[in-house]
Amino acid sequence: MRIDLDFLAVLSQWPLLLKGVGWTLALTVISATIGVMVGVACAWSRANGPVWLKWVVGSYVELVRNTPFIVQLFFIYFGLPAAGLKLSPEVASIIAMVVNLSAYATEIIRAGIEATPKGQIEAAMSLALNRMQTFTRVVLPPALKKVWPAMVSQIIIVMLGSAVCGQISTEELSYAANLIQSRNFRAFEAFIVATLIYLVLSMAVRHLLNWLGPRFLWGR
Amino acid sequence: MVDFSLWDIFRNLLLATRWTVVLSLIAFIGGGLVGLVLLVFRLSKTPGANKLVGGYVQLFQGTPLLMQLFLSYFGIALFGINTSAWVAAALALTLYTSAFLTEIWRGCVNSIPKGQWEAAQSLALNFPEQLRYVVLPQAVKIAIPPTVGFLVQVIKGTALASVIGFVELTKAGTMITNATFKPFLVYSCLALMYFALCFPISLIAHRLERNMNRGRQ
Repeated sequence: MRIDLDFLAVLSQWPLLLKGVGWTLALTVISATIGVMVGVACAWSRANGPVWLKWVVGSYVELVRNTPFIVQLFFIYFGLPAAGLKLSPEVASIIAMVVNLSAYATEIIRAGIEATPKGQIEAAMSLALNRMQTFTRVVLPPALKKVWPAMVSQIIIVMLGSAVCGQISTEELSYAANLIQSRNFRAFEAFIVATLIYLVLSMAVRHLLNWLGPRFLWGR
Repeated sequence: MVDFSLWDIFRNLLLATRWTVVLSLIAFIGGGLVGLVLLVFRLSKTPGANKLVGGYVQLFQGTPLLMQLFLSYFGIALFGINTSAWVAAALALTLYTSAFLTEIWRGCVNSIPKGQWEAAQSLALNFPEQLRYVVLPQAVKIAIPPTVGFLVQVIKGTALASVIGFVELTKAGTMITNATFKPFLVYSCLALMYFALCFPISLIAHRLERNMNRGRQ
């Protein structure tokens, strides 16, 4: 038995792959930015909000964390139009990724917030900072710093999860691989190449976020 | 045209749930066994073992599960073996699970104080005995909560097997949607099913973790 692999047939389609990488990164950057912000807001309301809001956010977090991403994506893309909300594949993908990431981010950031010593909050109050200032200047930066490694891992998990978005014809990397293999029937090679690109992307994004965090999120 | 009532949708989804459960169990048990072998291999201090298993873990944690499923599906076919979605999904999910479990368990073993290993060694226990009688009994206790928590991850992971044509809960949901044209209703039910499967396990994992922390204080 002979197995002949032809990677050139796949690599010669590099413009498609490049476009796929671009979309994957764009989806990740947009959803990570919005997702972390929503996560911060949700974490704040779980820690300081009124009881009903705590309950709403808590149910949202549990609902998202206990259902698969692909079901959330299909619900948003195929389910919501039936309720009158029509979305393009790209927008649906971003919404699904934001919804997914922010639920996990809420729990991650909340863990960081809860680890803040009480004396720091009291000290901030005694300096006449209001609640908002206390949260954004005193509580949040060290909390983010503490949980940043977990946050980075979660962002990467969401980036890898975005491979599913190709199923609703968002033109990201796995969609490109699928398109290439449907043209030249080199399925195994196409997916090997795509998988290796994902591996490189996840390592690069981890390095980049570890570098960005201290510089822009909480200062050194 | 046959009309689908809410009960029909629900019943069909319930019937499909068993395949999600079966696939999850295969992946979890198979992944646990492979993960255990990898863990022992890593702890045995065979030259290169640490790097090799570390690379294996990074490979599976750094690539999408969907790609792993596709590779398994088309990879087995490359050897001239006629694959079914069953075999491909079971293989990919087993390997995926093994990579995560071996890493989780390594953390648990590492949290056992080094003195325990040394004490076992000074009692002239050999490596398998050290593992069997001293380290693993303590590590298992710590490992249970995160392992149970990871089961949720595996159940959610099986949803991706629908993409390579494995008929489980998600695939059944898609098929029912195509027959009924009620995507909102069907996908809501689908999410509810997964929630009903996963949420109790999440709760158990959470409770186990809390109990363990209480025991330590």
